[in-house]
Amino acid sequence: MRNTKDLQEIRLIIVRHKRLDFLFMVVGVIALMIAILMFIALFAYMLIDGMPRLSWDFFTSFPSRHPGSAGILSAWVGTTLVMLVTAAAAVPIGIGAGVYLEEYAPKNIITEIIEINITNLAGVPSIVYGLLALGIFVYQLGFGQSILSAGLALALLILPIVIVATREAIRSIPVAIREGAYALGASKWQTVSDHLLPYSAAGIMTGVIIGLARAIGETAPIITIGALTFIAFLPPSPIKAEFPFLSFEWLTAPFTVMPIQMFNWVSRPQEEFQLNAAAAGLILVVMTLAMNAFAIYVRYRMRKNIKW
Amino acid sequence: MVEDHLQGNAATGAASPQYKFEVRNLSFYYGAFNALKNINMVLHEKQVTALIGPSGCGKSTFLRCFNRMHDLYPGNRYVGDIILHPDNVNILSRNVDPIEVRMRISMVFQKPNPFPKSIYENVAYGLRVRGVRQRATLDHKVEEALRGAALWDEVKDRMNSLAFKLSGGQQQRLCIARALATDPEMLLFDEPTSALDPIATASIEELITDLKKKITILIVTHSMQQAARVSDYTAYMYLGELIEFGVTDTIFIKPKNKQTEDYITGRFG
Repeated sequence: MRNTKDLQEIRLIIVRHKRLDFLFMVVGVIALMIAILMFIALFAYMLIDGMPRLSWDFFTSFPSRHPGSAGILSAWVGTTLVMLVTAAAAVPIGIGAGVYLEEYAPKNIITEIIEINITNLAGVPSIVYGLLALGIFVYQLGFGQSILSAGLALALLILPIVIVATREAIRSIPVAIREGAYALGASKWQTVSDHLLPYSAAGIMTGVIIGLARAIGETAPIITIGALTFIAFLPPSPIKAEFPFLSFEWLTAPFTVMPIQMFNWVSRPQEEFQLNAAAAGLILVVMTLAMNAFAIYVRYRMRKNIKW
Repeated sequence: MVEDHLQGNAATGAASPQYKFEVRNLSFYYGAFNALKNINMVLHEKQVTALIGPSGCGKSTFLRCFNRMHDLYPGNRYVGDIILHPDNVNILSRNVDPIEVRMRISMVFQKPNPFPKSIYENVAYGLRVRGVRQRATLDHKVEEALRGAALWDEVKDRMNSLAFKLSGGQQQRLCIARALATDPEMLLFDEPTSALDPIATASIEELITDLKKKITILIVTHSMQQAARVSDYTAYMYLGELIEFGVTDTIFIKPKNKQTEDYITGRFG
């Protein structure tokens, strides 16, 4: 049996520990609030400035010298097309590389060096990718300052994200499931295509969308390859009336994208253009948030039937 | 010593016991680690052989040699032969494709591991791997396998629902059906009831006893009672060596080896 003096001492210690608990909670909440409030303030600022400019005309008008009639038609079309190219290039290459590294590559020093390099690639400043794209896609391969060059540059940028997401998604599949497939006589490719890829699709999709959400706001690499800031026309339509109905002329067209349009407006002296920039920024943020929300939804939907 | 027991007829009194497998001087290495040491034994056709022994004795490693599971990981090495009869082919040979071995010898794992697919697709997968496309053939084989695994009546009305929705015992029977669907020559069981409750365990054991009418079975178990209940032959392993092998009743009633006796009577392990 403890005496009363001991017990009082224990209680004192507990009170002191609880005070520390409380203190840390306060610090944590403040840190969280700083992060959240910054974003809310930024968003509110764009909302207040940009909201009045948002109208149907804003989406369907080309940029103009007159701030009141200027719109983002060429910018959002350009962004959409560039993202299309980015996804088309980054998804198959990223998944292919991820599957190879995870399933096929021998576990040796070369593989390890490649793995470390891929992780490092994610940390390379985006403008360096722009420079690379300028040298290779624009000049060497002769794609010019086009949607194709921009899409491929951004694809390079998000490739590490897609590869890492693919590998992690595949790695999270239990050993028992892969062995179960192999035990039935499945070949490596059958195991990959019938099991590993379908079961990791949610994780891979999430990685792709998060990568695209990052690429959509990238400005530096696209400026580097020479996207124009003032485009008052649309790229050629991908759908044609006559055979073969599809056209890829748009790939080589000059273009602009949302962040560049914003950048252009911000650098104008007139007050009204600042409002346009805020409105365009608002749309860009909403696009990014929508993509992230979609990623969460995809993850939830596809994971619902998989439990491990 | 092992040879003596091979001569004795099975307790169940099969007319002329035939060897399905002959294991000759089998050793196995995980890199530099010698996990199996010079094992010699036989598996009788359409009989249940149980592998018992303390954790880490190599019984699962031994089992996984039979479907070349070790080939999936680098650095593993087999020495010696496992001869499959009547073809008289060494399934450990480099010239034999592990996929071919796995197509002939099926395996049921420790924890139920159904694919996150429908009940139907789980059972049909082995057939799909073999290129079976005709719906009628698939339907027929799936039903036959599910009946063989005593699961048909429980799932026939929900073939398209997810395998995860089944109970643990049902999932394990589904995995048995999946393994049966391709008419394998042997079934490997790696502690198939260690994740199941006693009732589900009893149903799996009953099933194993039933299945041996048609198929050769090798089962790893940590439960000596289970070995005694389901097997015709028992092999006791310790530290990668086969200590004693023989008819189950003999092993359990009067083991020749002191180590076996200690393990079986619970003085050790």
